[in-house]
Amino acid sequence: MSSISMPQPDAAIIAKKDRIVADLARALPADTVISDPEETLAYECDALTAYRCPPLAVVLPRTTEELATAMRICHDHRAPVVPRGAGTSLAGGALPTADSVVIGTMRLNDVLEIDTANRFIRVQTGVTNLSVSAELEPAGFFYAPDPSSQLACTIAGNIGMNSGGAHCLKYGVTTNNLMGVRMVLADGRIVELGGPQPGAPGLDMLGLICGSEGQLAIVTEATLRILPRPEGARPMLIGFASPEIAGECVARIIRSGVLPVAIEYMDEVCLRAVEDFAKAGYPDCPAVLIVEVEGSEDEIADQIARIRAIADQLDPIEFRTSRNADESAAIWKGRKSAFGAMGRLGDYLCLDGTVPVSQLPHTLKRIGELSVEHGLEVANVFHAGDGNMHPLILFDANTPGDLERAEAFGRDILALCVEVGGCLTGEHGVGIEKRDLMTRQYDPQDMAIQMEIKDAFDPGWLLNPAKVFPLEVSQPHRDRAAARA
Amino acid sequence: MSTVLTPASEAELSEILTGRTTALRINGGGTRLRPDGPGDTLTTSAISGVVTYEPGELTLIARAGTPVRQIETMLAAEGQALAFEPMDHRRLTGLSGEPTIGGIVAANVSGPRRIMAGACRDHLLGVRFVDGQGRILRNGGRVMKNVTGMDLGKLLAGSHGTLGILTEVALKVLPMAESSRTLVIRGIDAARAVQDFATALSTPFEVSGAAFHDGTAWLRVEGLTAQVAYRTDRLTALLGRDRIDTIEDADSRALWRDLRDAAHLTGDDPVWRILCKPSEGPAIAERLGGQCALDWGGAAVWYSGPKDASTVRAAGGLATLVRGQGRVFPPEPPVVAELSQRLRRTFDPANILNPGLMGD
Repeated sequence: MSSISMPQPDAAIIAKKDRIVADLARALPADTVISDPEETLAYECDALTAYRCPPLAVVLPRTTEELATAMRICHDHRAPVVPRGAGTSLAGGALPTADSVVIGTMRLNDVLEIDTANRFIRVQTGVTNLSVSAELEPAGFFYAPDPSSQLACTIAGNIGMNSGGAHCLKYGVTTNNLMGVRMVLADGRIVELGGPQPGAPGLDMLGLICGSEGQLAIVTEATLRILPRPEGARPMLIGFASPEIAGECVARIIRSGVLPVAIEYMDEVCLRAVEDFAKAGYPDCPAVLIVEVEGSEDEIADQIARIRAIADQLDPIEFRTSRNADESAAIWKGRKSAFGAMGRLGDYLCLDGTVPVSQLPHTLKRIGELSVEHGLEVANVFHAGDGNMHPLILFDANTPGDLERAEAFGRDILALCVEVGGCLTGEHGVGIEKRDLMTRQYDPQDMAIQMEIKDAFDPGWLLNPAKVFPLEVSQPHRDRAAARA
Repeated sequence: MSTVLTPASEAELSEILTGRTTALRINGGGTRLRPDGPGDTLTTSAISGVVTYEPGELTLIARAGTPVRQIETMLAAEGQALAFEPMDHRRLTGLSGEPTIGGIVAANVSGPRRIMAGACRDHLLGVRFVDGQGRILRNGGRVMKNVTGMDLGKLLAGSHGTLGILTEVALKVLPMAESSRTLVIRGIDAARAVQDFATALSTPFEVSGAAFHDGTAWLRVEGLTAQVAYRTDRLTALLGRDRIDTIEDADSRALWRDLRDAAHLTGDDPVWRILCKPSEGPAIAERLGGQCALDWGGAAVWYSGPKDASTVRAAGGLATLVRGQGRVFPPEPPVVAELSQRLRRTFDPANILNPGLMGD
């Protein structure tokens, strides 16, 4: 079916499944280990559902120490470990292999400490992103990164992928809001990095762990920076006659000194789908920006006036400011339902490349041309303020060859992102989805140093070994690790 | 006899390091402490120049040896700045060199605005560097959001030259604040100051500086003009109107330059910076005595005095020696030390880059 390959599972590991499961079950509480094939099926994929493979077993620990025990047993058996948060990865980061043990963090869901005087929260990493902000709400604080899967996704997954969200234009992504971790190495040893103080002397391994896609360790506890909730927030909706003009407006706002918390972009294809689905009352025009600002009533009015002055120079088709909470919700409703609305049109592939903001108009034009060449429709909905694009390629999974055509179109778009000075992935991660495109962005040496870092943390190449690096590129490292065993 | 190597390009630097087995002390502009130890010195000052600056994109790419002063002047002409407000160490160290952007990134140098805007490493978009084997390596890029592969920029920032020598850095820049105002609270002790900081930093008013020295606390608000007026009014009301003075724009900026550079620490005693939980700052300062100051809302304690290293390190927090002789960094827990050491040997197998500075 698909064009992304996974390594041959190790028959010797599969052959000793019973021993591995027995060792895990003996060392861990009764309901922690899952090995019944009917039950492990629930872990066969993440949100990249085109790729599936049930694991050998699943372990769901409740403490760091239990997780460390499971890691040590897998290490002793040389069984690969696939870390898993909530399984919402769009990049296949949590896809198992038949010889692997999935270790999930979802039962590590305690809030350990809330300290508003020192402005941090310490949690076990199985808590969901949204629940962290919910915990903080009574104290008037929030946790800034807000990936669109925030209802389901866990802090462990957010750290693994260095997740972003619509509001990271102002507040930064996970790595800018992560102060410390407790984590377990592949050999089962527990390590702490950082803490409630701002940074730590010594090498910044915390910055290395964040976004390492489960290649180096499994994070079980996190200390997160928390922020006081803004007094108020208000979105405005600006319609333009072309994607190019909308792109220009984004660049001028960024330059002006006003710092909106979010600038979101939606194109015509997306707007129509959203209008059919959510009836958000969006204008019928080629491009729309949703810009949100924060502050007191007067501060919001001041910022809206400044943005209005910038937009007016570009002859907007529509400039709509929310006057109350209902209107704000209506403006966001369409954007938030965009992926669901697109789903009604059929299957889609969601891409995640980032381009320099000045290259947005050119990139949008080229994506339009590529759409014609590949004969597949594409919709654009993305975080425009930081150039993080999410083109959605529409295809029909039931038409033979359509997925492969969509994947080929996607590869062309991502190559374009790199060509104009951007990157393959802004917030979703490489996983397996973009693994084989890494050679477009990195020279062999630039990938080699990353794999050498994995050698240093995980000499046996047991943690998520078939992800991030193209298999032929990582082969010598994996072979050396196997030979050492 | 020791020599100073001054490669003029990344390629020349790579040639020097390829196959080299003798130690080098790595230097940017030579404004901070030089590590003790044997060997020649290598400076990046000749690998200099701005590669690209795109004001509309808020991005800057510069070679490592580019003077910070040159960059700040260029950004100011476009109404922009390095938001992480890098400290100039010369007022503490008395050295006469010129701070370079590579040195700033290599030491992750961040000023008072760190509490709001983040550290240098949070503004770093990409790096080029040469490792201890002479390999020319790249990581990251010039876009704001990038999770493609591992983030080596974070690892290089604050590695003090022990993993590789930076040759080029890409940084996010930000528009300069339209307005800056500082609230001054006089006649209080450190404990009361940190309570006031906690109150102010728990408001949505985006306080961008919270420092204390010798009975006076300062709180800074920056932003759009109307914003600053409103926010400082609200903060003044919250903290007690009768005891607060204000300092405006140019004076406010000059004050924070002094606080940034720890200009208030006089004399020749060793200088330490101790990182801790903000609420622990006053107790650490009290234990140490001597000249103490607080920044980052209490999370950074500056101490200058005669106490020896073991006494300073035992006072709490994580102490780094900024001026004086001796071990610079606090010891790491065993497994962290082992991982750090493995990382250093991965980049620098012959142990030639600032050996001993951050561990064996």
